[in-house]
Amino acid sequence: MNLTITNGQLILPGQDAPVSGGIQADGDTISAVGDITDIKDTVDAKGAIIAPGIIDLGVFAIDKPAFHFGGITRAALMPDQSPPLDYPARVRFAAYSGKPDLWVHPLGAATIGLNGSEMAEIALMQDAGAKAIGTGRTWITDSGMMRRLMQYCAALNLALVVHSEDSGLTGNAVATDGEMATRLGLASAPAEAEAIAVARDIELARMTGAKVHFRQVTTKAALEHVRRAKSDGLAITCGVTPAHLFLSDIAIGNFRTFARLSPPLRSETDRQACLAAVADGTIDVISSGHDPRGAEDKRLPFADAAPGMAGAESLLALSLGLVRDGCVSMGRLFDLLSANPAKILGVSAGSLAKDIAADIILFNADDPWQIHSDKMLAHGGNTPFDGMPVQGKVTTVYKGGQQVYQDN
Amino acid sequence: MTSPNDSSPRTYPDGSDAFPHHNLLDIAGLQPWEIEYLLDEAEQWVDLNRQSSKHDDRLAGLTVINAFFENSTRTLLSFEIAGKRLGADVVNMHAAQSSIKKGETLIDTAVTLNAMRADAIVIRHGSSGAVQLIADKVDCPVLNAGDGSHEHPTQALLDGLTIRRRKGNISGQTVTICGDILHSRVARSNIICLRTLGAIVRVVGPPSLLPAAIKELDVEVYTDFDAALKGCDVAMMLRLQNERMQGQFIPSPTEYHHLYGLTEERLEKAGGDILVMHPGPMNRGVEIVSSIADDPERSTITEQVEMGVAMRMACLDILTRRSRNVEGWT
Repeated sequence: MNLTITNGQLILPGQDAPVSGGIQADGDTISAVGDITDIKDTVDAKGAIIAPGIIDLGVFAIDKPAFHFGGITRAALMPDQSPPLDYPARVRFAAYSGKPDLWVHPLGAATIGLNGSEMAEIALMQDAGAKAIGTGRTWITDSGMMRRLMQYCAALNLALVVHSEDSGLTGNAVATDGEMATRLGLASAPAEAEAIAVARDIELARMTGAKVHFRQVTTKAALEHVRRAKSDGLAITCGVTPAHLFLSDIAIGNFRTFARLSPPLRSETDRQACLAAVADGTIDVISSGHDPRGAEDKRLPFADAAPGMAGAESLLALSLGLVRDGCVSMGRLFDLLSANPAKILGVSAGSLAKDIAADIILFNADDPWQIHSDKMLAHGGNTPFDGMPVQGKVTTVYKGGQQVYQDN
Repeated sequence: MTSPNDSSPRTYPDGSDAFPHHNLLDIAGLQPWEIEYLLDEAEQWVDLNRQSSKHDDRLAGLTVINAFFENSTRTLLSFEIAGKRLGADVVNMHAAQSSIKKGETLIDTAVTLNAMRADAIVIRHGSSGAVQLIADKVDCPVLNAGDGSHEHPTQALLDGLTIRRRKGNISGQTVTICGDILHSRVARSNIICLRTLGAIVRVVGPPSLLPAAIKELDVEVYTDFDAALKGCDVAMMLRLQNERMQGQFIPSPTEYHHLYGLTEERLEKAGGDILVMHPGPMNRGVEIVSSIADDPERSTITEQVEMGVAMRMACLDILTRRSRNVEGWT
């Protein structure tokens, strides 16, 4: 069965602005893009934007209703599950868990139990469907272990997705050093904890030739390290979430646990540096960091609450704010949301081009809606953007040429 | 011995406009005149507490729950005595005996306390922000008796009262707060209270025990204790909060005493008439030597305890005026 969509605005590789046209899929791959004529049974996009499905690199839960609402067709699942994705069988199970209407790409745990000290069976996990290897929520303190992991991943051509905060400096911190943490009396850590961790792993990547993806880089100093590593030609990439682009640590005021994130929210200076790094190409990926939490994890004193936010539903709408603000073009936004994550994971998806998987979303970039904690489709409504009016709503989602979601 | 403040009498707005707050959660949310009002109101209770019959029945029939999720002796006792002297039925809840140990969440505990229809709840908790979390879930006024490293408002108020009675004024005094500022809710509340009332505040301690952004609280920051003492009017000594330290912050108590212990030699070197305060409990021989701590001319340590009862009586009185239908308190 073939899918044909006409009368849309296409987001094409290498093009800043959307181009009028349509798209056609043959089976589960794209067969034609551009001027589509002479076809029966077409879907009329009615001028909506036709974009590649979003590939959300580094989610903590599979949350289909939220992903479909947010236009996410592929989710790279963090190994921090219960139990962790540290054995091939667990990876295989996770890889099948999205079928039939969502791609789940598990990240295999770099170490057994994510303990940072015993290497997991990386090659076997790759065979079982792991598209990359991840250190999870924590930093690998042992530099020798980190070096060996990188050597191994490099040989298998797998990206290593790392969390970058020096755990000796962060300790039990729940906030970034600054006026807000000082006033609230919250344990805090210097923002430099991130730069130090990033710097170490860049040097290890230089030694080993590994592809390293820093899942979240949120500080000016760490972004400087990444910028330099890229200009040195290293295979370094990095990501960020909308929270660190649109919020500073002022958001934790009044002990708002929805703003308790990992890494914690940073200063306004660091936030501005993140925006600049998105604009200049230092940051490669914007992901949701989707981590839905119920009241039992969030209705607690700030330091006792679990970190994380439910971000899948608001990822596209918040990111479209970057286009409206002139930070990035529409085309570049979908490099950040789709094409670059596909490259890091090594999957044939993430752009509207012939022979690429027909994971397609239609959305109206200007449709207004309001982010509302109580009305979210995710397992939990824990978002620091509660109440925020946003624009950009997905109307239809196709996975492999099949419609899997239609907004009513 | 402290004496009542004899500066010109202040006037306040009528009724609840003088203190338009439902709870007492922090000093940060108070205006300077609201703090002054609390201090002025406490004076009458200092007088009452010095009489042989220390009783007033204005809170008769009301129930005050002291919910202490963190161990405390002096603050709990102080609130208990304050409540009882005002005639309230005071009930103490210790975390060790509560359902918290059985896995009940803080919110559930708050809802339970609320269902018991307390007229005021005094809460101490080990996590910053926990008292506000409970206050949001209960109907009656909540008094913060210390939350994590955040605030301990009644301590700052009683310290303010002590300084005002000893020095005549708070504005213009230079107060040096010494010790473990990082983990201290007493320091945070005092810094905000003293700065709001116009005092100059210096903080001093090992760099590892000073919060990274302490300068943002508009204080002078020192690591040299002698320099910080020089020319100050009040030295407020804090203990090391070992129970809140994760990892090592100082090499040893002996070394701490060497750098930051208040000794006769240091006081003499600093010159002037420095009033020595300590919120207790003290670690004698660590942050303060006994000869200073036990000298009632220089040290206010026991007076602070006395002022504490009066200050807490004032807070309980003021916060229950609405439920007692006191005229003008709406």
